[in-house]
Amino acid sequence: MSSETALAAGQRARGLAPFLRSQMRNIAPFLTLIFLSGFFALASPSFATLDNLGNILTQVSVTGIIAVGLTFVILCAEIDLSVASIANVTGIAVAYFTLQESYVNIPNIPLPGAAAFLLAILLCAALGLVNALGLTVIGIPSFIMTLAMMQIAAGISALLVRGQIAYKVPDMITTLGSGSIGGIPWIVIVAAIMLLGGHLVLTYTRFGRYVYMVGGNREAAEYSGLNVKLILGSVMVISAVCSGIGGMLGVAHFGSAQQNEFDTYLLDSIAAVVVGGTSLFGGRGGIGNTIVGLFVLGVLNNGLDHVNIDSFLKILIRGLILLAALIINVYAQRLREKAAE
Amino acid sequence: MREDRSPILELQGITKSFGGVEALRGVDFALSPGEIHGLVGENGAGKSTLMKIIAGVHTEFSGRFLIDGQETHFRSARDAHAAGIAMVHQELSVAPDLTVAENVFLGNQPTNALGLVQWRRMAREAGEQLARFGIDVDPMSRLGDLPIGLQQLIEIARVLFSGARIVILDEPTSALSPPEVERLFATLRRLREQGTAIVFISHFIEDILRVSDTVTVFRNGRKVAETASAATSKGALIEAMIGRGGEALEHSYSDDLMLPRPADGSVILKVDQLSLARSLKDVSFEARAGEVLGIYGFMGCGQQELSRILFGKLKPDGGTLAVEGRARTFASTAAARRAGVALVPESRRAMLFHQEPVYKNISISILDRISSLLLKPTQERDIAQRQVEQLQIRPPVVGLDLGMLSGGNQQKVALAKWLTYPPKLLVLCEPTRGMDVGAKNDVINIIRDLRAKGLAIIVLSTEPETVLSLADRILVLKRGAVVREFKNEPVSKDRLLEAA
Repeated sequence: MSSETALAAGQRARGLAPFLRSQMRNIAPFLTLIFLSGFFALASPSFATLDNLGNILTQVSVTGIIAVGLTFVILCAEIDLSVASIANVTGIAVAYFTLQESYVNIPNIPLPGAAAFLLAILLCAALGLVNALGLTVIGIPSFIMTLAMMQIAAGISALLVRGQIAYKVPDMITTLGSGSIGGIPWIVIVAAIMLLGGHLVLTYTRFGRYVYMVGGNREAAEYSGLNVKLILGSVMVISAVCSGIGGMLGVAHFGSAQQNEFDTYLLDSIAAVVVGGTSLFGGRGGIGNTIVGLFVLGVLNNGLDHVNIDSFLKILIRGLILLAALIINVYAQRLREKAAE
Repeated sequence: MREDRSPILELQGITKSFGGVEALRGVDFALSPGEIHGLVGENGAGKSTLMKIIAGVHTEFSGRFLIDGQETHFRSARDAHAAGIAMVHQELSVAPDLTVAENVFLGNQPTNALGLVQWRRMAREAGEQLARFGIDVDPMSRLGDLPIGLQQLIEIARVLFSGARIVILDEPTSALSPPEVERLFATLRRLREQGTAIVFISHFIEDILRVSDTVTVFRNGRKVAETASAATSKGALIEAMIGRGGEALEHSYSDDLMLPRPADGSVILKVDQLSLARSLKDVSFEARAGEVLGIYGFMGCGQQELSRILFGKLKPDGGTLAVEGRARTFASTAAARRAGVALVPESRRAMLFHQEPVYKNISISILDRISSLLLKPTQERDIAQRQVEQLQIRPPVVGLDLGMLSGGNQQKVALAKWLTYPPKLLVLCEPTRGMDVGAKNDVINIIRDLRAKGLAIIVLSTEPETVLSLADRILVLKRGAVVREFKNEPVSKDRLLEAA
């Protein structure tokens, strides 16, 4: 017993270095962000301006909305590869149920705005539910299940627009996607509210705790009498609905709804979550990390436009930065496990 | 036994600290060829730390380390392995998804000239090796499909036959049935004849006394005694381990123990004709309020499966289960929990969150009782603090990550999860396995308190002592069937073993 109390004392007396090591997951992405911001600010006079900050915020909004749900999924040590496809199909669906200009040649079904919105939300929730059932009831790994869903959602998109482009979405969504209030784009406000909401749910609700516990040790969660399948299913539906909202606002933001419009958002949203430091093994991280990850990606994408750089090289640089972040993610996990020993 | 031989391994003045806490203080230790050296001590006394230094797991320490009289410093476990040192750790370290043969040959599969694995040869040789150890399994079956005890035997067999000169076994018998222990001891003695030096760490002092030549006792990071096994006794060793009068602490149960008249509390659980594939056959019994029902049997007798069925983790193929007279088929563990059933599985890892603080570990099972939507962290901490004090969990800091606690204290946390809102039926698998004497007694007292509060408690164990120290009534499970019930009659270790 005396050795154990001494152990506790020793733990409290542990220095700053071990503490920093255990916090590596949170510190590293933040340092990356500061480094990138500093670099671009020095490299280009047009980067560090208030206007450009607004640009960056707008540019990461759709990714941010999608990343909220994906954070829940990754915290549970699962993955959702269908986020971009579900965003796309939801955006297309809301346009499909809206009256289009006469030159748009899609045999669509115009409905009142609220009904169109509701149907689109139901669609993405239903697709999320299919993911959830595949994962929990049938037992298909989420990687494969959502890979199939990616195709299914893309297929529904294709059938709805048949290679055409729709332009109109309900007015409310047009406002939220492309309007602004007091100089602040609505889409940024929606993204901020959703990120905040996700953070509050994860941090302060019972469900949020369950998400962390299921991600931390699924077997232990089950032996603690948690309904693990219900929690896993819920995060898949949350992810799909967040993607759907991102898709609808995205369509309004871009001013068009068409096939393959959101393809780049799959990688971007996964990257935002993981670059931010949320563990791919589950149980560690959160919306705070995702926000930092979003800014890292946003600053990187935006900053590369401000410096004179071969636009083809941009893609490679993005890939390398993502790789570096993944390496840090894995090392942070290891360092933490070491610190816990 | 063989004092004439010079030591193969000699440690002098070993000191090792973790973050300022000394786990070992100036320990001397020597090992001769053809010696079985037993190590005893309470959890956290330093046994495992010393062995991990020998096996090259811990490389930072002070003191002299000599092999064959040469001063050596291992930089990794690989170095230790190259020097002929092999260790079987307390926690299983097998590859459950590989075949038995692959596990036996892990790291050095026989290959042909092209570097391709020679499967047939590997399977044959693995089968032969295991047969020498008395294990009869298909070498091509998946290891993870075998019972835990068998997996452990296979891991031990792999290390014993790896040709190592020094073999360290940390708590090797805790998951083994008596016949398996006998086979292990026979093999150890054979290896001793061949000149292998063996270190044997165990909480089972009888096992140590039976098989070892020398026994060393650790307490608080110090070596407090080293004696020939023939010249000491269980009582003397326990006294040295805990440093206080030890006679009353552990009952050996070699004499008859009188079971009380069966409790007349209400029937909490009624199990009828429960069966599951190859694991359980027509198991029927009742558990009553205010009674501890012990279920004893060897590893693989179906205990584990039975406990999982009671908690909704496994679905039975046939039979019925009723809690307080209501027939139940649990769709999930959550449903079982809501029906008032709680389970503490035999593996702590399976029910604890090592990277989360103690209070979150304790509150997880009762969160829906204390919060509907929003968490109430203050209340969670208060509840956890009460449990920590009541169960004397050390250190009593609820904000500490669980992984920082010793094994015995982790086990108490596992129990604490269910105690704030006690269930109607508490199912405990191996509640005291791997614990030191003090912690064991604490847990026994906790369970008795719960019985007094009117819970129905089922204790499943492969250790006769555990069942005997706790149960009011005992069922013996053999190959998935109940073969004997002891109630209101004398019972002893011998009688239990005889029935199983």
